[in-house]
Amino acid sequence: MEFYRAHVLVCRGTGCTASGSEPVMEAFEKEIEKRGLSKEVKVLLTGCLGLCELGPNIIIYPEGTYYCKVKVEDVPEIVEEHLVKGRIVERLLYKERTAEERMRALTDINFYKRQKRIALRNCGLINPEVIEEYIANDGYRALAKVLTEMTPQQVIDEVTKSGLRGRGGGGFPTGKKWQFAKDAPGDVKYVVCNGDEGDPGAFMDRSILEGDPHTVLEAMAIAGYAIGAKEGYIYVRAEYPLAVKRLEIAIEQARERGLLGKNILGTGFDFDIFLRLGSGAFVCGEETALLASIEGRRGEPRPRPPFPAVEGLWGKPTLINNVETFANIPPIILNGAEWFASIGTERSKGTKVFAIGGKINNTGLVEIPMGTTLREVIYDIGGGIPNGKKFKAVQTGGPSGGCIPAELLDMPIEYDTLTQAGSMMGSGGMIVMDEDTCMVDIAKFFLTFTQDESCGKCPPCRIGTKRMLEILERITNGEGREGDIELLETLARNIKASALCGLGQTAPNPVLSTLRYFRHEYEAHIKEKKCPAGACRALISYEIIAEKCKGCGLCAKVCPVGAISGERRQPHVIDKEKCIKCNSCIERCPFGAIVKK
Amino acid sequence: MKLAAKKDSELAEKLMEVEKMLEKYKGQKGALLQVLQEAQKIVGYLPIEVQKRVAEALNVTLSEVYSTVTFYSFFNLKPRGKYQIRICLGTACYVKGADKVLSRLEQELGIKVGDTTDDLKFSLDACRCVGACGLAPVVIINDDVYGRMTPDKVPEILKNYE
Ligand SMILES: Cc1cc2nc3c(=O)[nH]c(=O)nc-3n(C[C@H](O)[C@H](O)[C@H](O)COP(=O)(O)O)c2cc1C
Ligand code: SF4
Ligand code: SF4
Ligand code: SF4
Ligand code: FES
Ligand code: FES
Repeated sequence: MEFYRAHVLVCRGTGCTASGSEPVMEAFEKEIEKRGLSKEVKVLLTGCLGLCELGPNIIIYPEGTYYCKVKVEDVPEIVEEHLVKGRIVERLLYKERTAEERMRALTDINFYKRQKRIALRNCGLINPEVIEEYIANDGYRALAKVLTEMTPQQVIDEVTKSGLRGRGGGGFPTGKKWQFAKDAPGDVKYVVCNGDEGDPGAFMDRSILEGDPHTVLEAMAIAGYAIGAKEGYIYVRAEYPLAVKRLEIAIEQARERGLLGKNILGTGFDFDIFLRLGSGAFVCGEETALLASIEGRRGEPRPRPPFPAVEGLWGKPTLINNVETFANIPPIILNGAEWFASIGTERSKGTKVFAIGGKINNTGLVEIPMGTTLREVIYDIGGGIPNGKKFKAVQTGGPSGGCIPAELLDMPIEYDTLTQAGSMMGSGGMIVMDEDTCMVDIAKFFLTFTQDESCGKCPPCRIGTKRMLEILERITNGEGREGDIELLETLARNIKASALCGLGQTAPNPVLSTLRYFRHEYEAHIKEKKCPAGACRALISYEIIAEKCKGCGLCAKVCPVGAISGERRQPHVIDKEKCIKCNSCIERCPFGAIVKK
Repeated sequence: MKLAAKKDSELAEKLMEVEKMLEKYKGQKGALLQVLQEAQKIVGYLPIEVQKRVAEALNVTLSEVYSTVTFYSFFNLKPRGKYQIRICLGTACYVKGADKVLSRLEQELGIKVGDTTDDLKFSLDACRCVGACGLAPVVIINDDVYGRMTPDKVPEILKNYE
C-alpha cells in the first residue's frame, strides 16, 4: 500500500457540492500535481461533515485541520502554506461566534464538541466510494462477528438489550420488531430499508446513504441473518441521485468482495440487496405504502394488522427499518448492548441525528445523545438565533410533529417527552423559528403539505384536512370568523381518530400544537385582523417613514412592479395599490426607512 | 414545419429506445415503476404513446399505468422546459422566505408552479428539502444550485439561461 504524508478530504455532500466543492477538489488535484506532490499528498472526497452552511468544507490530515468556505482561489495558498511549508492558513479557519481565536480542528469547535457520532461515525471521515476505507474503520467486522460467533437469536437479544428504537418516526423497539419477523412462519422473508425520507426539512438519511452507504448494507445483512431472510430492498427517493449512485457503487463492491451474494465469508449465508427508487410521494414512507410501491403499484397504505413483519412484501414476512436505525446496528454488535444502553436516557437509548435549520446560526446535521436539552442543541451547538432576534419556537417531527415554545426549551430530547409536548421525535427535522415567523402560517404550511400528499384513500384525511386548510387560509387572509378555532379543534380530533394511516392521524398535529402554545396568534388574526409576526401578506402593508428616508432611490430600483416613486433626495412613497408585498424594498433600504404594518 | 418534423423524428427515435428497454422487463408486472422511471429518463416525460406501450409490454391495463403515473409526482405527462427550475419549499427554506422567491419566479416567468413556458424554455416546480438547508432558500436550475436566494436575485440568475 502506498503511503501518503497528508490527506486532503474535500466534503462532497450535497450542501458543499452546491456551494462549489467539486471545482475546489479539482483545483487541489491540479495544484498538487503541478507541484509534484502527487506521491505525498492524497486528495479524497468524503460525505457530509454536518456544517454544510460553511461549505465548501475541507479537512487536512494528519493534523485534522478544518478549513471552511474554501474557494478555488484559496487552493494554491493552502497547498503552498499548509502542505509545503507546514503553516496553517489562519484566515480560512473556523471562527466561533463568541470567541476571538480561530479553531484549528473540527473536534474543537462547539458545534462538534457536544456531539456523539454513532450513526454518523464515518460521515466526513471516509471515502464512501471505496469499500477498503469502510473496512479499515471496522467495516463488515460486525457482520463477520454475527456470522461466525452468534446465533440469530443472540443477535436479536443483543439488539433488544441495547434499547434501540426506530429512528424513522414511530420509535418502535427495534429488537422486538426483529423478533416478530424471526418468529413469523415462512421460508421466504425480506429485509427492507426505508430511505424515503419524507420530512421536508430533514436530510440525515440522505447523508448516511451518501457518506457511509456500506453501514446500511452491513446492517441489512446482519438483520437478514437474524430473521432468516436472503434478500433485501433499499427504497430511496429518486430525488437523491447521489445517494443512489453511491449505493450502486457500494453494492457492486460488496458483491465483488463476497460480502453480499452467495456464501458470504464462506459461512454458507446468502444475502443480496437491491435498490428501488421512490417517485415523489410522501405517503410512500409509510411502511405498507412503501411495500406497495416496491411491488410496482400505487403507494397506498392498507390497514394494519397484518403488520409487515407477518405479511409484508409479496405477502411474506418483512422487516422494515429506517436508514439511521440500521446505521446504529454495526456499532451495537461490535461494542455491545451495554455500551449503547449506557448512552441516553431511561426510555430513549443512544443518540439521534437532527437536521437543524431555519432561523439559527449554525445549520447542519448534528448527532446528540438522547436527553440533551433543546436549549443545548439550539444555543450551545446551534449558536443561537441570528440578527439579535428572539427565539419563538422549534418545530420537530416534520408534518406529523409540532412546535415547541420557549418555555419548554429545557426539556430533554426523548421520544416520550416530545410526544407529551404535542410534538414528536419524527425522523429528525428541527426547524428553529424566530419572532418573524407566524405560527398560523407555519401550521398552514404543514397542512398544505399533508393535504397535497394525502393519497385520498380515506375520507377523514382527504376531505378533513382540506376543510382544515380552508379555515387556515381564511384566517391568514384576514377573513377568519368567530368559532373557527373551535371548528379546527373538532376537525382535528375527528381526523386523528378516524384516518387510516399515520399520515392522516398525525396531520392535525402542527395545528393542534400551535393552538396549544400560540392561541393568541390565531386570535389576533381572527379578531384584530392582524398578523403579529408580520408574515401573512393579506394582513400587512408596506410604508416608507418619510423622516427616515434619505431618497436614495435604491428601493425603487428593486421593486419589481414599480410601486415606489419619489424625487432624488426626497422621501419616497409606496403605492399600496400596486405593491405586491414582495419584501424586496425592506431588505434593500440601507436606512431602515421602510416598515411592515 | 421543419422544426416540428425534427421533433417528431426525435420522439420516434426515443420510442425505439423505450422499446429496447421494455424487452428487459416483458411480462414482469411488478416492474411497472422501474419501467416508468426508465422511460421518463429516455423521453423526458410520459406521453400517452409511451404509457400504452408500457401497458402492453407488462401486460397490465392502460388505466393501471395512468393511475400509477398520476399518483407519483416524479412523473410528467407533459414535456418539460429546457431549463428545469426547482425551488425548495422544504421547511427550512420556507421559514427563510422561499415563498417570496417563488412569487418572484412566477412573476418573472409568467407561469405558475408546475407549468412550462410556451417556448418550452423554462419549467417551474416546487420540491422538498434537497439536503442543502444550510444554504436556504435554495433554487436549482438543471444541475446548478443557487443558495441564499432572495427575490431580487431572481432576474439576474435567469439571465444566465437566456
Ligand atoms: C406518512 C408517513 C411517512 C413516513 N415516512 C417515513 C420516512 O420517510 N422514513 C422512515 O424511515 N419512516 C417513515 N415512516 C415510518 C414508517 O412507516 C416505519 O414506521 C419506519 O420506516 C420503521 O422503521 P424504524 O422502526 O426503524 O423507525 C413514515 C410513516 C408515515 C405514517
Ligand atoms: S390517512 Fe391520508 S394518506 Fe393515509 S390512507 Fe388515508 S387518505 Fe391516504
Ligand atoms: S414590497 Fe415589493 S412590491 Fe411592495 S413596494 Fe416593496 S419592493 Fe415594491
Ligand atoms: S431605500 Fe430607503 S432611504 Fe432609499 S429611497 Fe428607499 S426608503 Fe428611502
Ligand atoms: S455537505 Fe459538506 S458539510 Fe454537509
Ligand atoms: S429545506 Fe430546502 S434544502 Fe432543506
